Amino acid sequence: MQSKKLKNILFCCALFFCSVSMPVHSMAQTDPLIEKVAQKLAQVNDYVAEGVMKTDVSFIKASLGKVKVYFKKPNLLKVKKEGGISLLPRGGVSLTINTLLNTKQYTTIPAGSQVLNGKNLTVIKLIPTDDNLDWVISTLWIDPIESLVYKTATTTKENGSYEISMQYGEYAKEGLASKIIFSFNTKDYKLPNGITLEFGDEDPASKQKLLKNKKGTIEITYSKYTINKGIPNNIF
Amino acid sequence: MAVIKVENISKQFGALKAVDNLSFEVEAGQVFGFLGQNGSGKSTTIRMLLSLIHPSSGKIELFGKSILKNRASILEQVGAIIERPDLYPYLTATEHLQLFAKVRKQKVAASSITKTLEQVGLANRAHDKVQTFSLGMKQRLGIGIALVHNPSLIILDEPTNGLDPQGIADIRTLIQHLAKEEGKTVFVSSHLLSEIEQVAHQILIIHQGKKMVEGITKDLLDPEKRIVQIKTVDDAKALALIEAGSFSQYLLARKEGIFLKLPTSAISQLNENLVQSGMAILGIEAKNSLEDYFLQITSNA
Amino acid sequence: MWSLIQVELYKIFRRPRTYIAFAAIAALIVVIQFGLKIDGDTYASFLMKDINDTLTVDGKVLNGYLICYILLQLLLVHVPLLVALIAADMISGEANLGTLRLLFSSPYSRTEWVLAKFIAASIYTILLLIWLAFLALFVSMFIFGTDDLFLMKSNYVVLIEQSDVLWRYVGAFVFASFSLLTVTSLGFLMSSLSSNSIGPIVGTMSAIVFFTILSTLNIPLFNIVKPYLFTTHMNNWKEFFDIKVNVNNEAIRGSILNIAKIKTSLIVLTLHIILFVTASVIIIKKKDILS
Repeated sequence: MQSKKLKNILFCCALFFCSVSMPVHSMAQTDPLIEKVAQKLAQVNDYVAEGVMKTDVSFIKASLGKVKVYFKKPNLLKVKKEGGISLLPRGGVSLTINTLLNTKQYTTIPAGSQVLNGKNLTVIKLIPTDDNLDWVISTLWIDPIESLVYKTATTTKENGSYEISMQYGEYAKEGLASKIIFSFNTKDYKLPNGITLEFGDEDPASKQKLLKNKKGTIEITYSKYTINKGIPNNIF
Repeated sequence: MAVIKVENISKQFGALKAVDNLSFEVEAGQVFGFLGQNGSGKSTTIRMLLSLIHPSSGKIELFGKSILKNRASILEQVGAIIERPDLYPYLTATEHLQLFAKVRKQKVAASSITKTLEQVGLANRAHDKVQTFSLGMKQRLGIGIALVHNPSLIILDEPTNGLDPQGIADIRTLIQHLAKEEGKTVFVSSHLLSEIEQVAHQILIIHQGKKMVEGITKDLLDPEKRIVQIKTVDDAKALALIEAGSFSQYLLARKEGIFLKLPTSAISQLNENLVQSGMAILGIEAKNSLEDYFLQITSNA
Repeated sequence: MWSLIQVELYKIFRRPRTYIAFAAIAALIVVIQFGLKIDGDTYASFLMKDINDTLTVDGKVLNGYLICYILLQLLLVHVPLLVALIAADMISGEANLGTLRLLFSSPYSRTEWVLAKFIAASIYTILLLIWLAFLALFVSMFIFGTDDLFLMKSNYVVLIEQSDVLWRYVGAFVFASFSLLTVTSLGFLMSSLSSNSIGPIVGTMSAIVFFTILSTLNIPLFNIVKPYLFTTHMNNWKEFFDIKVNVNNEAIRGSILNIAKIKTSLIVLTLHIILFVTASVIIIKKKDILS
């Protein structure tokens, strides 16, 4: 009888210990590499980045445009074209590495490694633990030595899937990219001739181009970062 | 020098010959009366003088120069009103005169505009829009347009249309003044003989495009001379007899019938000559005025 | 001949009918601007329905430059009818009124008269276009502000930077003047054939409608004649708002995609103008003036 009582006590302690060490909500099970990346990014409270944006969507003709990108911890992001109209992937821009990792509401699952552009990168998948987040799953390709993320592929709840590729330069030690390329799927674009009043104006060459490519990219090449100087919230 | 010289002009509109081989001359300083019924070819002739219509054949000279080759310089010296006075309803009388003076390549002083308006009796309506004018007032303005640039040849087609008796008298006085005092040549067309008789030095009567009679007005209206129509059993033989004799000078050009204008005293001599030549005379009819004569020849033609 | 042009312009602008076209354009533009100011966001949302599925567009899409483009698309189809009101009445209206015989019995030749009337009608047309440009472009810029021109065509979108827009509008208006002058010359030709007012106006409008239908229907039989119809070329002012892209699909600032099309259209329109006016001169010279 005493041994039976002891077994129950031990079982309860084990149960308690497990419940404390493995919470159901909010405590992420994170890969150490992700922690390293997050620590690197944590140096940056805010930044203002100046760059040039290029829009490459089959049904859009747009020239390069100067942009400013504003970021403030944990997840405020704004891309502003200087004096003009900017085109950004729907819902995608806000989900950069900084904003993804700053939520800390995810579980990591290792997914092996892959060679990308000559670099051997560790692949880690993130699964959000908070149902209120906009994304469903995100895959990161990380350089284990530099602790830099070179690519993400994210599936969102409402805005489809997109990829972000990053290249690094002088701001690599802060984890800030010198070039970011957003890739996303595009839907068909068509306005009726009765609205555009374009009767008999069709250019066959443009129609051909349309059929070819249903993917679009937006690239931002950064020339300068101004880091941790403070940004008022009204910018966002 | 003849101001107007027309040689054998004709105008064919399809099957219709509107003017048939017409010739006449108008001397400088004259008032020339151009008479005919409605549709006789008067307006067509006037339009040919003004190069509005191209003649099918024949020659027209104004001021001794061909209208075809010297149109611009000729028309600078011509003022005309053609048929009814059609004007711009949204312009005033003064604006019309200013506009048409410009169109005639003439710089016309404001005082000349005023003088012209006074001449045609419109000085008190100078700044009123033409859409408020009566037909008579439009007619006066039309005449004013013909006069504003001080032309040396004035062509007036039916100038008294729509005018009251006072207006008609005023235009008559104006025409006489223009010719007598200002030395202008006035070519007036009308179907109203009574008006033309009083102002024209020379008259031409046109009917169905052909000249019927032309002559000095006072000769045609000379009370000492009568217009008579001779009716015989054989008009052709009678006409040949007259043409061969001394009475040929009194013959009037006619399509049918024998008409002469001769002193009253010579009528009985003519009758005697014809009877002695073996002609059976059916009748000698005397005509009392140019109007009778005009109606006679135009209704018989 | 300058005196004749002055006389003709004087008559055109003293006539109440002249101002109908100016008033009509002002009314149309004001109504459309008012509607877009009140409910423009709904209209813009409809236009951007497909784009918004993929992209977020940040900036003032419904700005003065886009409003002007929309207005030109609508009005440059209908303004030719207003031009015809005056141009098609220049000679026949005078014949109907009875004043033609007064003009043609003046010392100026018929050729001088015809050319002066055409030049005066052309000046009227250009002034109408300037009025349209002022209201459609500058007033729209004032009401709606300016930003890049985000042009949504049937199959693609063109984004033209603000600094690259204004010269294109200048080019477009110059091109539009050729289009409208072609209508002026057609109306003029119709006018020289008739002695009544209404016939040439209706004839010109009918011709424009007829040839526009031929130009827009995609029937192989009509495709043979389309390149020669002036209505096919009249709307090519839009080519000023299409730009070239390089191999990287980057739009080239200051470029025009199909400048050859613009040049060809200008040549075709100019040839039509010369043809119609020359025909008018020949017809009037030979005509007997019976009115």
